[in-house]
Amino acid sequence: MRIAITGGRVVDPASGVDGLCDLFIGDQGFVVGVGTAPTGFAADRTLDARGKLIFPGLVDLRARLREPGLEYKATMESETNAAVRAGITTLCCPPDTYPVIDTPAMAQMIQQRAWRFGLAFVHPLGALTQGLQGKLLTDMAALDEAGCVGFSNALEPVTDSLVMRRAMEYAVGFDLTVFLHPNDPWLCNGGCVHEGEVSTRLGLPGIPETAETAGVARDLALVEQTGVRAHFCQLSSARAVAMVAAAQDRGLEISADVTAHHLHLTERDIGFFNTQCHVLPPLRAEGDREALRKALKNGVISAICSDHQPHEPDAKLAPFAESEPGISGLETLLPLTLKLVDDGLLSLSEAVALLTCKPAQILGIDTGHLGIGATADLCIVDPEVRWIQSVDRLTSRGHNSPFLGWEFRGAVSHTLVGGKIVFEAP
Amino acid sequence: MTRGDLQFDGQGRLSHLLTIEGLPRQTILEILNTAESFISVGEREIKKLPLLRGKTVVNLFFESSTRTRTTFEIAAKRLSADVINLNPAASSTTKGETLLDTVRNLEAMHTDLFVVRHRESGAAHLIAEHVPAHVHIINAGDGRHAHPTQGLLDMFTIRRYKGPFENLRVAIVGDILHSRVARSQIHALTTLGAAEVRVVAPMTLLPTAVEKLGVHAFTDIRDGLEGVDVIIMLRLQRERMSGALIPSEQEYFNLFGLTSEKLAYAKPDAIIMHPGPMNRGLEIDSAVADGPRSVILPQVTNGIAVRMAIMALIMGGSGTAPAPAEARRAE
Repeated sequence: MRIAITGGRVVDPASGVDGLCDLFIGDQGFVVGVGTAPTGFAADRTLDARGKLIFPGLVDLRARLREPGLEYKATMESETNAAVRAGITTLCCPPDTYPVIDTPAMAQMIQQRAWRFGLAFVHPLGALTQGLQGKLLTDMAALDEAGCVGFSNALEPVTDSLVMRRAMEYAVGFDLTVFLHPNDPWLCNGGCVHEGEVSTRLGLPGIPETAETAGVARDLALVEQTGVRAHFCQLSSARAVAMVAAAQDRGLEISADVTAHHLHLTERDIGFFNTQCHVLPPLRAEGDREALRKALKNGVISAICSDHQPHEPDAKLAPFAESEPGISGLETLLPLTLKLVDDGLLSLSEAVALLTCKPAQILGIDTGHLGIGATADLCIVDPEVRWIQSVDRLTSRGHNSPFLGWEFRGAVSHTLVGGKIVFEAP
Repeated sequence: MTRGDLQFDGQGRLSHLLTIEGLPRQTILEILNTAESFISVGEREIKKLPLLRGKTVVNLFFESSTRTRTTFEIAAKRLSADVINLNPAASSTTKGETLLDTVRNLEAMHTDLFVVRHRESGAAHLIAEHVPAHVHIINAGDGRHAHPTQGLLDMFTIRRYKGPFENLRVAIVGDILHSRVARSQIHALTTLGAAEVRVVAPMTLLPTAVEKLGVHAFTDIRDGLEGVDVIIMLRLQRERMSGALIPSEQEYFNLFGLTSEKLAYAKPDAIIMHPGPMNRGLEIDSAVADGPRSVILPQVTNGIAVRMAIMALIMGGSGTAPAPAEARRAE
C-alpha cells in the first residue's frame, strides 16, 4: 500500500529535519519521498497529519516481553501490541527469558514469534554467559549470526571479574557490543530501595550507591583494558554518571541509557511502601534524578528506555521487599519523555533523538530515521491531546505502573511498521 | 488520599495503628491518657471491662513473640473481646498461601481486629490497604519498620516516671539499624517534643542518614549518655556477628553494654528501659538491669494498659462503650 502522510511536522533528528513536510511511503514499505512525491506516485491512502507530529518509530533498548517462560505475566503478542500503540516500533529484549537466550535456536525463535504477529520488531540480546550464571561464555559468534544485537548478563551480576574480562575480550574479536548492568552483589546485599533517607525511615534494606559505582568502576577498567564497545544500562546515580562521563572524555567508546521512570521519580515516591515504585536499580535521591536529567542534556546518556517489566497483579500484592521489581513502562515511555520537553529540559528534536536514532545506533541497527530509502517505521502524535493514565488505557497485560493518575500531553494516533499501519487510534 | 492517611477513616478517626510516623501529638496523648485510666483495671480483683464484648480479635503472628502476643491477648480479654491466637508461620503460609489470602480467609470468619506481626517491613500497611473499612489492623511489628504499640508503651512509661517530654533527653542504645522499636520510639519522642533524642551505636548498626529522623548520633556511649534522663537499651541479635557488623560479643559489651560505670555518665535519676527480651551480659549488665533505676518490668505491665487503650480507641472510639457488633456491620 502506498501511503501519503500530509501536512504534519516531521521531526527526524538523524536527518536534521524538523518542519512541516509531506512523507511518501512506497509499496515495499520504504520512504520514497520527503517533501515531494516521486513522479508517478499515487497514494492508496492519505493520512491527514495537519497539527500532528511525525517521529521515526521509537526504539526501546530494554523491554521484557515475558515470552518464553512467563506467559502468565504477558506475551509477545500482548506486549508488541502495547508497543505499537505507544509508537514503539523496535524493541530490544534482554536474555533473561526462561529458558535464557544463550543458544541460536532461542534467539531465532524469539524473532520468528515477533515476526508472526507483524507488530514491532524484536531484537534479542544474547546472554553473555551460559544460563546467565557468570561462569562459561556463550557461543557469541553463533548468537550474533542468529540475530542477537549485543550481549548482556541482564540483572545477574558476573561476579568473577576474570570471566567478565574474557567475555569482553571475546566480544572484541567479533566486533560485538556488550550491555552492562553494573552492580556489586555484595554491597547490594538483598536490598530493595536506595540506601538513604527512605530506607532508614521505612526500615527497608537499602542498596547503597556504591553497589552501582563499584560495579561501574570495575567494568570501566575492564572496558578500557579490552577495548570492547560497551553500553551501560540504566544508570541510576549521579556518581555513576560522572564516572561514565569522565571515561567518555578519556576517549572510551561507551554509551549509557536511563529509564524514563528514573527521570521522573525519586525514593520519596515510595511513600508508605508503594510497591509500584519497587524497581531495580532503585529510585534514588533528588540529586541523582537531577544528574540523570543533566546527563541527557549534555549527551553523556544517549537513550531513554522503558525497562518494561509487565507483571500479574499478585506480583505487587506483597510486602515491599517481597514484591517483584519492575514497571510496565512501554506506554509511558513517550509521554514521560515529552514531559521533559514540557519541563524545558530538552528540545523536541533532542527528545526524539533519545528515543529513535540514538538507541538505534547503540544497537547497530538501521532504523530510527526517515530519510529516503529508510524503512517506514514511524509514529504520528497528536501533541495537544491531554489524557490521564489509567488501567483502562493500558494495552500491556502488566498494569503495574506508578504513573496511573498522571496527566500527560500528546498521544499516538498512528503507528507504521515497515510501511504498514499497525495502529490507528479510533 | 496518601498512604500516610491510611490510619484514619473518612471521619478522621483512628482506624488502624500502623506507625507512629505522622500521628498527631493529640492522638498520642489521647492514647496515653486513656491508658492511665485503664491502669487501675489490672489492679482490681475482677480485671474486666465490657468495652469490646462480642468483638473478635485475631493475634496474627507470622513471627514469634511471647511478650507482645501475651500482653495483646490479656489486653483484649480485659476488654471482654474474644481472642484467637494464630501462628501462621507454622500453618498455611508454609503451604504457599499468600499473606493477603491468609488475612482474607480469617476476615471471612468476621474478625473485627487483626493484631499483626510479620518479618517484612510494610506488611501491616499492605493488609490495612486491602481489608474492608470495618476491619481494623494493629501493627505488632513489621520487619525493621515499626512497632508502634511498643513505642507508645515506652512513652507511657517515660511519662509516668519522668514527667513532661519537653525537658527530657533520651538515649537509645544498640542495634538501631535493625530495630523497629527504635524507629517507633524516635517518631514518638520527636512528635511529643522531647528536648533531645540520641542514638548510640557503632557506625555499622546506625542506618544511613539517621539524623534525618531528628536524632543526634553517637558512637561513644559515654558521650551519648552524658546528662540523659532516659536510657533505652536495645536487644542485640547474636547473628549480627556473621554480617560483619560487629567483631565480637566481648567487644560489643565492653564498648556498648550498659554497666554501672557507664550509667554514671547519665543523670543520677535517669531511668533504664529495655523492650525485651534482654541478653544479660551482652547489651546490659545484670546489676543494672535489676537495679533500682530499671523500669524494665513496669514497661511490661504498662504494655497491657496501653494496648487496651489502643484497641478501645480503634474499635470503640474515644474509650466509650462501642455499638454492638451487629449494628456496626449494618452501617
